[in-house]
Amino acid sequence: MTQSTSPTAGRATFSDRLPSLADIGPLAALVIACAFFIWQSNRFLSIQNLSLILQQTMVVAVIAIGQTLIVLTGGIDLSCGMLMAFGSIVMTKFAVTLGVPPVLAIICGVAASTLFGLLNGTLITKIKLPAFIVTLGTLNIAFALTQVYSNAESISNLPDAMMFFGNTFHLGGAEVTYGTVLTLLMYLVVWFVLRDTVPGRHLYALGNNAEAARLMGLSSQKILITVYTLAGFFYGIAALLSVARTGVGDPQAGQTENLDSITAVVLGGTSLFGGRGTIVGTLLGALIVGVFRNGLTLIGVSSVYQILITGILVILAVAADKLARPRA
Amino acid sequence: MNDTIKPVLEARGVIKRYGSVTALDGVDFELMPGEIMAVIGDNGAGKSSLIKALSGALVPDEGEILLDGNPVHFRSPLDARSQGIETVYQDLAVAPAMSIAENLFLGRELRRPGILGSVFMMIDKRRMLQEAIAHMEGLQIGIRSMKQAVETLSGGQRQGVAVARSAAFARHVVILDEPTAALGVKESNMVLELIRRVRDRGLPVILISHNMPHVFEIADRIHIQRLGRRAALVKTKDIHMSEAVAIMTGAKQADVQAIA
Repeated sequence: MTQSTSPTAGRATFSDRLPSLADIGPLAALVIACAFFIWQSNRFLSIQNLSLILQQTMVVAVIAIGQTLIVLTGGIDLSCGMLMAFGSIVMTKFAVTLGVPPVLAIICGVAASTLFGLLNGTLITKIKLPAFIVTLGTLNIAFALTQVYSNAESISNLPDAMMFFGNTFHLGGAEVTYGTVLTLLMYLVVWFVLRDTVPGRHLYALGNNAEAARLMGLSSQKILITVYTLAGFFYGIAALLSVARTGVGDPQAGQTENLDSITAVVLGGTSLFGGRGTIVGTLLGALIVGVFRNGLTLIGVSSVYQILITGILVILAVAADKLARPRA
Repeated sequence: MNDTIKPVLEARGVIKRYGSVTALDGVDFELMPGEIMAVIGDNGAGKSSLIKALSGALVPDEGEILLDGNPVHFRSPLDARSQGIETVYQDLAVAPAMSIAENLFLGRELRRPGILGSVFMMIDKRRMLQEAIAHMEGLQIGIRSMKQAVETLSGGQRQGVAVARSAAFARHVVILDEPTAALGVKESNMVLELIRRVRDRGLPVILISHNMPHVFEIADRIHIQRLGRRAALVKTKDIHMSEAVAIMTGAKQADVQAIA
């Protein structure tokens, strides 16, 4: 307790200044992945292709915001992709079949995903069920509701206003969608909240040590319900971006996004044990997933092998997390 | 003790039953200003039930608890905390990946002044850091950076952070539950020294411990708990360790009831 009685004190301050593997890992992985594909394909490093990657990454990136918040609490959400699909069917069906004004239809669709998130959070906190099982259940419920409500048919002829975020503007030769701008704005807000505000820090404390958080007067129920509901909201926004990008309400959407969002979170250095990770890491993780999907397609790897590689990536990232971090 | 000095924290005839089991059987307790009071007792003597009653973690069936002479009714540890009673729990309520400064202020974060703090709930990291440094220096806890994560600290230093947190916010009493249980000899001594400093700053301390040498090293008085009651209340200097253990285990009747 008195000056340097413990030899670990000095060492800790020193290692404190060095970026840990979790800090630089995602960026390094992204750079290596890009380098590999630049080497393998001369089409990879073009402005068009890079803006395509951004557009393709957007939906997963927004879902991954919600997933990050949940994983930071030590939970997991397997239902995310399906909650998005449900939201996208509600908003397109409302607009096309019921003739609801586009903006109102969008609000209804986002609300549908958000309410499902609230349901997840309520079941997890009030009945104290494991997040894994609850979200596995709501995954199937949302999938079935999506199929029933859409008759398993795509909804097209959407009003223009619904596709606003798929529109592009030019930025130095690159085509950037308004959706990408919205995505980056949301990342900025969440980055600020997690880093600099009381609720953000409480989220980390809960994921770090739930018992300590409780003893210090934090309400884990309040935090968890808020987090799952907010996640649902982000899935709703992802639904809007997905609809805007593809121009249809697709009942088959969200199936790859489920695993891709978890992959993005884990590749981004967020620990599945909760309490550690950053939202910037998740954005990098989502870009890694996007780069891999795009690059593997460019060099002619079939989609089955892409799934295989994604699976290996997740396990590698989780293993790196387990090995690289000190366990308290 | 002088009759004109009132106890800071007092329990009178507190009873707690769990079904057919009586955990507390009309226990009395008193803590005087500026003292370290050790609570010892065999397993099942009602030691932790007593502490839970004093820290708000359990609500007694009967009896009363007085803080500065006024009856109080704690319904939760938060109640007790808002009245200035801080407890350091055995399993260290710290968030390992978060910084020392953040842990010191966990649940009581300082906010930025003005709208940034009230509307955007922004944390005042600089002020938290400054106050953490000042506070830890005051207690002579030599940790170099308040920004480092708690998990980079040794066990004794972590305990130091937990004790420092309670000392920072307690207005009346600090309760320490087995603070040296998981520590080595050297680290235990650091923590005992820290507990003394907390007392010397004027905060009375309740220390629950199984470790008799530690109890006899720093306690001013000892509350010996047995069968849900106070078997004896003694001054540490008036009693020998073996005698205290004998009373604790029932091998010897206390011939000195509440003399200290």
